[in-house]
Amino acid sequence: MPPTPSQLPVCVRGLRKTYKDVVAVDGLDLEVRAGECFGLLGPNGAGKTTTIEICEGLTAQDAGTVELLGMRWETDAGELRQRLGVQLQETQLSEKLTVGETLHLFRSFYRQGPSVAEVISMVQLEEKRGSRVGGLSGGQKQRLAMACALVGDPDLLFLDEPTTGLDPQARRQVWDLIERFKREGRNVILTTHYMDEAERLCDRVAVMDHGKIIALGTPRELIASIVAEHVVEFSVAEGSPVDLAALERLDGVRVARCENGGYAMQVSELHRAVAALFDELAGRRIPLTELRTHSATLEDVFVSLTGRHLRDE
Amino acid sequence: MSEGSVLVQTREMRPAAERRSFIERSLVQLTLVRFREFWREPEAVFWVFIFPILLTTGLGIAFRNRPADVVKVGAVGSQLAGALRSNKTLAVEVLDRAAGEQALRAGRIVLLAVPGAGGAVTYRYDDTNPDGRNAKLLVDRTVQHAAGAHDPVAASDDLVREPGSRYIDFLVPGLLGMNLMGSGVWGLGFGIVDARRRKLLKRLIASPMSRSQYLLSFLLARLVMLYVEVAVLMGFAVLVFGIPLRGSIWELALICLVSALSFSALGLLLASRVQTIEGASGLMNFVMMPMWIFSGVFFSADRFPDMLQPFIRALPLTAVIDALRAQILQGVGLGHLANQLAVITGWLFICFFSALKLFRWR
Repeated sequence: MPPTPSQLPVCVRGLRKTYKDVVAVDGLDLEVRAGECFGLLGPNGAGKTTTIEICEGLTAQDAGTVELLGMRWETDAGELRQRLGVQLQETQLSEKLTVGETLHLFRSFYRQGPSVAEVISMVQLEEKRGSRVGGLSGGQKQRLAMACALVGDPDLLFLDEPTTGLDPQARRQVWDLIERFKREGRNVILTTHYMDEAERLCDRVAVMDHGKIIALGTPRELIASIVAEHVVEFSVAEGSPVDLAALERLDGVRVARCENGGYAMQVSELHRAVAALFDELAGRRIPLTELRTHSATLEDVFVSLTGRHLRDE
Repeated sequence: MSEGSVLVQTREMRPAAERRSFIERSLVQLTLVRFREFWREPEAVFWVFIFPILLTTGLGIAFRNRPADVVKVGAVGSQLAGALRSNKTLAVEVLDRAAGEQALRAGRIVLLAVPGAGGAVTYRYDDTNPDGRNAKLLVDRTVQHAAGAHDPVAASDDLVREPGSRYIDFLVPGLLGMNLMGSGVWGLGFGIVDARRRKLLKRLIASPMSRSQYLLSFLLARLVMLYVEVAVLMGFAVLVFGIPLRGSIWELALICLVSALSFSALGLLLASRVQTIEGASGLMNFVMMPMWIFSGVFFSADRFPDMLQPFIRALPLTAVIDALRAQILQGVGLGHLANQLAVITGWLFICFFSALKLFRWR
């Protein structure tokens, strides 16, 4: 039965999954709207991959329901596999096959979709068509994995950490590709632990930690939610401790924390907070050794929600 | 963004169903992948095709049938030596007593003939050594004849050196059976474990690929390879060593088919859960090792004690090799190989259904 346009591409309710004594997903609700690129952002071990693999039909949940394109795995597995495109985190495709052979293989599983030549040009691997997969660079392998996810012309695309381990240039190529899917109006769900990736690609982001969604919204909304728009990080000469309570009393400062041997403050008005900081340190004769400021990012959202960094682990 | 617009078009058109050429069908694609992965792995090609031929050649040369060896003996005194030289199968060396003893101890000669008083002769040899006993018979007979003895019964020799009773004839069906086992178990087992290790199996089952077609593709590729393999090894053995093919080719093909299916099922069973290549390799060697030793590849399984025989006869490789030897060397028909075929098919069903129960796609 084809889904009506009003149906949500993804609707997850009360999802729960436990491995032995570890709760990987803890009562998760999730909705993805039509045409949306939705991001699951969180540190390693937050439950992103488990969530996405349950959605892909690879892992059975302990409790909760998953509805994709108006269908469920329990009853429509065959049809769902035809309509989903999947890129897994750690798949190594067969190294002895060529790019073209790999895509012909995957294409043969699907009822319909673009031709192999079209998919190869979509991911810009035309020159590598006859090359063995084993000889591709990391970025090229990742684009091939994306091509394998696209051969069935999917209505819903799952990308699990699509740029992890890639160099900056390869990451940008993958981002361009994902932005193209978005323009084509595909529904995309991606997981990432890179905040810049989520900010750039995702229409909405769910921040996950310990199997739960701890914040949900557009990247802009999430950043605005921590009120402070800027972050000031500084260090002082050793042996001269700064009182955190004193910092938090400064003009325009919301929160102050010790971090990596220095200090970090979330501030709402940068010019006033920095001026107040200089006065404070000068008044106490504490020499400033380092000072950085940047606009608040999703990373700062995560830090303010959990007190930890995304990539601490 | 021309690529993008192509995609949008196909999304809008959504053809109801595609007509596919033969080559575009997933079973064909999956089977092609099996062949490509095999041919592009030089080691696999070596072990399956080249190694059995090298082994056959090596063992064929080492154990080739030679004219009866001359027996090296020593004699003290030239008179006795002269008498012994009348027998062409003896190589006689004249030695003094001390040198003769030393040559005997060193194994350069197997018997030392020492003349005694009044024409008597003493033979010094090791009676636990078959060569020594053989030499004693030959030497004694020559000595007695030289002294004028006559055979009361007229006897003559009719020599039989027929293909089919040489060691190489015994060896080739054994190697063929071993090869069927090796490529069945490795071929299926490794391919699947490697795909599981690479998380490729997981990726494939996330696609609409038919799981039974995936497994079937291994089997189809195996069966095609099987006949190439058998033809190469048997062709070589027939052309170079003159191995006789006394049974029907079709019956041989059938025995090979059932054996290959059975070993493939064993490979599937061994691969059903293992996550790493090292694990798979250890498990497969553990299972195949007893068969390499007990199943009579290089020497007859009958040499093992009676106590072990029921166990040895129940091994699939023993049944396969027994059936191949009887069929190839003696031309025994399938009707008389029912026991062996029952053992082979028994293993096929046990392994296949256990594998279905145990198999994990992740």
